[in-house]
Amino acid sequence: MILLYPLGALGRSTLSALAVIGRVAMFCAQTLSHLIRPPFYPREFAHALMQIGWLSLPVVGLTALFTGGALALQIYAGGSRFNAESVVPSIVAIGMVRELGPVLGGLMVAGRVASAIAAEIATMKVTEQIDALVTLSTNPMKYLTVPRVLAATLTLPLLVAVGDIIGIFGGYLVGTTRLGFNPVTYLDNTVDFLELWDVLSGLVKGAVFGFIVALMGCFHGMHSGRGARGVGRATTNAVVSASIMILAANYLLTELFFTA
Amino acid sequence: MIELSGVHKSFGPKQVLRGVDLTIRQGESMVIIGGSGTGKSVLLKCILGLIRHDSGAITLEGEDVRTVERDAFLARFGMLFQGGALFDSLNVWQNVAFRLLRGSLKRPTAEAREIAIEKLRRVGLTPDVADLFPSELSGGMQKRVGLARAIAAEPDVIFFDEPTTGLDPIMAGVINELIREIVVEMGATAMTITHDMSSVRAIADHVAMLHDGVVKWTGPVARMDDATDPFLHQFITGSAEGPIEAVR
Repeated sequence: MILLYPLGALGRSTLSALAVIGRVAMFCAQTLSHLIRPPFYPREFAHALMQIGWLSLPVVGLTALFTGGALALQIYAGGSRFNAESVVPSIVAIGMVRELGPVLGGLMVAGRVASAIAAEIATMKVTEQIDALVTLSTNPMKYLTVPRVLAATLTLPLLVAVGDIIGIFGGYLVGTTRLGFNPVTYLDNTVDFLELWDVLSGLVKGAVFGFIVALMGCFHGMHSGRGARGVGRATTNAVVSASIMILAANYLLTELFFTA
Repeated sequence: MIELSGVHKSFGPKQVLRGVDLTIRQGESMVIIGGSGTGKSVLLKCILGLIRHDSGAITLEGEDVRTVERDAFLARFGMLFQGGALFDSLNVWQNVAFRLLRGSLKRPTAEAREIAIEKLRRVGLTPDVADLFPSELSGGMQKRVGLARAIAAEPDVIFFDEPTTGLDPIMAGVINELIREIVVEMGATAMTITHDMSSVRAIADHVAMLHDGVVKWTGPVARMDDATDPFLHQFITGSAEGPIEAVR
């Protein structure tokens, strides 16, 4: 009989995980349905654009700058083993726009934005502000979730685009100042080997990651437990789940875009 | 008129409401009293539809609250929350005029601000408070702003959830007086949840005592002190001895 305990625990965990997946799916469907139905809250949307997009720019920019530089050093060191140092500009560019730009941008925004959204909404829940919204004839999904999800979905591709440029610039700086590349040749190699689809696929990934980040922040905020512990747990869960979903979605999108 | 009959609500195995029957007449101020965890807030949230009751009926002027058109229904209510529940990201006048800045009751911004300042004045706050944020206000001021928000759209029914909790006795007295004055002046139906017996005496026309998920006693406030119900008697005298078990 005692041998069945682990099976029971496994069953309970599986059921609990499936229940969470179901709740997230329902929440996602509700968000999408409210996205296209009025009323809309343009002021909330503008505020979310500022909070999610503009204020994330320094974090994403710095991450991209250092990543581009480190990438150039790594590719140079690796490429020198088989006399392929000249691939540094093209690999840095492709690596940044296809993978590192969207993924690191998404993860950094998840850390900054998903946590902030979850903490804000969870605190609103704990202090009855969500109930107050309902009594004031305002749907919390429309007022809190939709503007944030829409703002993150639209701004993350822009952040990724800016991050791509800064990341490539980071590689350029390291390549020309530390690795002895000619500036003109470096830029020519970057442009020659980069295709439009490389850039577009990264921007599409950015949009998907933005949606995930805001959705997870709102979901965990709205479903937070009571008190400071509930708010803390909602914040942690938002960042962890958004990060895992970004990495999983990145694999699926890469599979879809580049192997089909 | 708000009518509740046989209202039940459970959370998992815990039965909070076990068949509540209560009638609140038009223009009457009903105060619900009872110990912590007896389901007073749950009852109030069931009426508003914030929580779905399991069985029984709740009607507002004959219409079932579960089937009524939500926006029109909620537009008839104002509510003062226990902690104020003011929106941190909005300043005071935007909190008060929240309903007037969006939705079916939307007014031009200048007019909404004017109404907000007038409502702030009504609750004893000066216009210079209008541009402050909730975090810059004291607890008593937050309650007043919450009260101003509850009455901003001239609702037919106003709910007060523990209106004096966390306030000093003088401020509690001021809030009680304001509530009484405003309810009488607006002719609104009021329902208040409180443990505070001074609030009960200041606000109530009728009192209902909720215990163990049912209404143990209900009647006019004037008859409360003479009532023989042992639950009510123990509650209003604050005695540790009696049918209500006190955890020591």
